[in-house]
Amino acid sequence: MTALVIAEHDHGTLKPSTLNTVTAAAACGGDVHVLVAGHNAAGAAQQASQIQGVSKVLHADGAQLAEQLGETIAAQVLTVAKDYSHLLFPATAHGKNVAPRVAALLDVAQVSDISAVVSPDTFERPIYAGNAVATVQSGDAVKVITVRGTGFDAAASSGGSAAVETVDAVADSGLSSFVGSEIAKSDRPELTAAKIIVSGGRALGSSEKFDQVLTPLADKLGAALGASRAAVDAGYAPNDWQVGQTGKIVAPQLYIAAGISGAIQHLAGMKDSKVIVAINKDPEAPIFSVADYGLEADLFEAVPELVKAL
Amino acid sequence: MKVLVPVKRVVDYNVKVRVKSDGSGVDIANVKMSMNPFDEIAIEEAVRLREKGVATEVIAVSCGVTQCQETLRTAMAIGADRAILVETADELQPLAVAKLLKALVDKEQPQLVILGKQAIDDDCNQTGQMLAALTGWGQGTFASKVEVADGKVAVTREVDGGLETVSLKLPAVVTADLRLNEPRYVTLPNIMKAKKKPMDVLKPADLGVDITPRLKTLKVSEPPKRGAGIKVPDVATLVDKLKNEAKVI
Repeated sequence: MTALVIAEHDHGTLKPSTLNTVTAAAACGGDVHVLVAGHNAAGAAQQASQIQGVSKVLHADGAQLAEQLGETIAAQVLTVAKDYSHLLFPATAHGKNVAPRVAALLDVAQVSDISAVVSPDTFERPIYAGNAVATVQSGDAVKVITVRGTGFDAAASSGGSAAVETVDAVADSGLSSFVGSEIAKSDRPELTAAKIIVSGGRALGSSEKFDQVLTPLADKLGAALGASRAAVDAGYAPNDWQVGQTGKIVAPQLYIAAGISGAIQHLAGMKDSKVIVAINKDPEAPIFSVADYGLEADLFEAVPELVKAL
Repeated sequence: MKVLVPVKRVVDYNVKVRVKSDGSGVDIANVKMSMNPFDEIAIEEAVRLREKGVATEVIAVSCGVTQCQETLRTAMAIGADRAILVETADELQPLAVAKLLKALVDKEQPQLVILGKQAIDDDCNQTGQMLAALTGWGQGTFASKVEVADGKVAVTREVDGGLETVSLKLPAVVTADLRLNEPRYVTLPNIMKAKKKPMDVLKPADLGVDITPRLKTLKVSEPPKRGAGIKVPDVATLVDKLKNEAKVI
């Protein structure tokens, strides 16, 4: 029984979500291999070989893998799938795009977004925006799984010494082509990997205020910036900052929610944070029901004061 | 160009579901049901494509119990031209739904299938990608913009860190994200009109599809409760607690 983790990477380096997925793979009970499919991705393959608990790295390299298109990556996974009992992907935009394509072509079910491994064929996963947890058992020969990063600790990124084996890259699928991307460049930590997150809601009132009030606090704490769906819908913050059921699922050491009321779908994305601070002037705001420390105050006064006090 | 739009009947967005005390599932008896919000966005997008003259016909499809007819009527009130219900009271998992949709795609020959990126009940996020796999088509998931031209569809996708645009050969599958559009309000005249639009009802067996579930739900439980903490009187106390009690800064 061997599990294969499909690495998420930018060719040069691995994304942190890969490490959490390795931990989930190890919990399935057998050996853990990692597939790095990319272009000039020897750097990422090298890093994968050093992850504690990984016994082999498969490295497929080709220009057609450069843009990580779902159709081609899925085909690449299928070339090696027959050797594995479990195929695990991080439950990120990329993993969620590819995994179901692999599952359908293997004619097996997929278990989405698992938060715990109960046994090699049984997993826990949140449903209904995290308002219930289902324990599901898969009867399929190959388990195709996406892994919720916040449910598993990151595997140690050093200490391993797995062999890197080169595998042939598949041909381009011919179904899709990359046109372009607008990826925001930022020195801030990635939202899903950040230790501290400062998150803002509709109470901020405008994108200018959002930036003026929250950026200094995030800078001071070395934090990532997040937002509620209401703030994103209102255009105060970019789409990919959205924390919640349909956005990012996060679990930092410290989550500071400023002017966020705490809708169910937002709580679904952050309630596993270690410490939650809520700053809101509405004493009835549902966010206070999950906050370790609640401060009933006007955020426009409290946040600058907090920046000064830190 | 025909556009096929699968829609799912789910517990309404605003309902907070309760887990049954015997752990067998969530209690959805007498709970308000609605169209999955992401599917509503998908229907809206398809209807806009027809209004722009890009699509000629919008076909709404649902798989599930008899009451899914209501969901399909809503889809037709938004503007779908006709509807197909694949009726079954049996549990349907995403792979089975993808297979049913594949059979309908073979029959109807649409150039584009648009559906929601995930259903808000099981939160699976699988069906669109599975259908693309089974049809051998390209997939544009988590779409925030869709443009059809010259036998291709350009899909702007919401990915981690920002946006990415891919170009897919038609036919293709697109899954809708939140900000693709804002669905229109359904008006009474359109609800009345929708009642007269045609709806076919089929059984999974008519399509020759095996819908046997592959995953068994052993139990459904409440998530661990997070207790409320304390209220702090001022910023100074908050900083003190974070430094000395929680030790997170």
